[in-house]
Amino acid sequence: MRGESLKSKIRTITDHAVTVLAVLATVLVVTPLVVIFGYLVFKGASSLNLAFFTEIPKPEGEIGGGMANSIVGSGVLLGLSSLIGVPLGIGGGIFLAEFGRGTALANAIRFTADVLNGVPSIVMGLAAYALIVSPHVSFLPFLGHFSAFSGGVALGIMMIPTVCRTTEEMLLMVPHAVREAALGLGVPNWRSVLSITLKTASPGIITGCMLAFARVAGETAPLLFTALGNSFMSTSLNQPIEALPLQIYVYALSPYDDQHRLAWAGALVLILLIVVAVSLVRYVTSRGVLKGAS
Amino acid sequence: MDQSAAKPNTAETVSPIRQYLLSRGNSALADKFFHALMVLCALSIFAIVALIAWQLVSNSQLTWHKFGFGFFYKTFVSPVTGDKLYWDPVNEQFSALPFVYGTLVSSFLSLLIAVPLGVGLAIFLTEMSPRVLRGPLAFLTELLAAIPSVIYGLWAVFVLVPLLRQYVNPVLVTTLGWTGLFSDDNPTGLGFFAGGVILSIMILPIISSLTREVMTAVPHSQREAVLALGATRWEMIRTGVLRNARIGIVGAIILGLGRALGETMAVTMVIGNTPEIHKSLLANGSSMASVIANEFTEAVSDVHRTALIEIGLALFIVTIIVNALAQLLVWAVTRGTPSRAN
Repeated sequence: MRGESLKSKIRTITDHAVTVLAVLATVLVVTPLVVIFGYLVFKGASSLNLAFFTEIPKPEGEIGGGMANSIVGSGVLLGLSSLIGVPLGIGGGIFLAEFGRGTALANAIRFTADVLNGVPSIVMGLAAYALIVSPHVSFLPFLGHFSAFSGGVALGIMMIPTVCRTTEEMLLMVPHAVREAALGLGVPNWRSVLSITLKTASPGIITGCMLAFARVAGETAPLLFTALGNSFMSTSLNQPIEALPLQIYVYALSPYDDQHRLAWAGALVLILLIVVAVSLVRYVTSRGVLKGAS
Repeated sequence: MDQSAAKPNTAETVSPIRQYLLSRGNSALADKFFHALMVLCALSIFAIVALIAWQLVSNSQLTWHKFGFGFFYKTFVSPVTGDKLYWDPVNEQFSALPFVYGTLVSSFLSLLIAVPLGVGLAIFLTEMSPRVLRGPLAFLTELLAAIPSVIYGLWAVFVLVPLLRQYVNPVLVTTLGWTGLFSDDNPTGLGFFAGGVILSIMILPIISSLTREVMTAVPHSQREAVLALGATRWEMIRTGVLRNARIGIVGAIILGLGRALGETMAVTMVIGNTPEIHKSLLANGSSMASVIANEFTEAVSDVHRTALIEIGLALFIVTIIVNALAQLLVWAVTRGTPSRAN
């Protein structure tokens, strides 16, 4: 009897100890995360001003200037990468959800997409360098030198797996009855997929694309030796171009306080983009796909 | 009788709907074309993996022929000083050993910190937390998983590293200095340890959210059965949940490892960037990804450049294996359950 009660006491104590440990782990994780986030917002907000959006960088050591060229550059790079990543990704997602459901090919593609998603971004940069920057073919444009084009390709490739998997997930949430209704009215399959299923799932797919967009917006490693960086305003695809994360990287390691300030401001801009994308995705997925379609 | 006999072959009796459908023509060709187009889009994912592999292999031939597999473990002796030398761009002697070492040390250090915390957080969120906290905490982890590496690096340079330098490292040196893992000869605060800590913060959201997903996939009947036998909550979690989800949790940890191995910018900013091997975790070092980020644009020779590409190729192969393994393990558990259950 006595032994048993001791045993049950030990069991209760262990139970409480584990609860305390789990709460402790939560506190230990959440505190630094909140602190990091709060610090970034605070530092960024106190560094942001109008000049950040309108001026290009001042020469080293001078106070002031902004990141207008980086913002424009990021815009150019992201536009190009979306042109590559969004159609291919959505197409792949349509295949996975509408045509290949349960087939070996679809499973293999889904698996490869997930694995590709885990390949380090710097490897993407190396591949884009080897593919576009290093070969010298004089009659082809964009080849043989650092360019916005090569950076955009590297980012575009990175968008494909994310867009593909979100599209699939969103299309799978569309009820079968919707497809059957369309087919029952005599609508051809391609038309049914494009203007019924895809349209029904479009809020989810658009936010999924936004999330992929926000992710690659912060990628630095694949741009280091493709887009390279440029301290002047440039929109040419054939020239090196500046991007926000590249500029943050350079300024974070520079010895000047004012460049640190600009780095924090740039970080805040990127974070706001991500907060918007992540909350939109959560909002859409929690509401369900169908309700958003009307 | 009349109607059924008259149905075929007489144009007058075809219903208006049927007529309309016939007049629109056949969409079989369009359907086939659309199907083929979507298959092509999906196949582009295979093509990309193949293209990356081919580019990296063909561009690292020079180093491969010169050093062979020894590239990853050999060391050299400097002809001038007689010291051990790993990475000498001037004399074109290259060995990836210090970078492999740096990557392994910083990744395992990050797992050591992130795994207990991440799994603890997941246990709290799925089994203990009040429902009100669940949503915001899940949102926060999702948000932090999406913050770019370079921003973690920025934070680490200005907040984490000074913190480590002033408060943490001296304590580690005095309490654990006898192990030889923490020696007091690097006043900068940079190094393997700083790299491991920032990596652990970065992979925590991934590990905890995947662990949570795997634990949610365990059916409620398991928990109820164990509780009905008189188990305490911890015993229920241990035997009912963790035991069923262990394969998936291992998968989540391996996925975190995959992220840590390839993480570039934040590590580059805090690891110190010297091609050296030290027993002390507080010493400067370099990882595979960081040396590529740091030296590629300034590579002085073709051998230097191809050596860096070969390191990238190794990173590519390792992360593909690690991610494939992790993916299989997570799928083994979550298969058949909706993936976005909160």
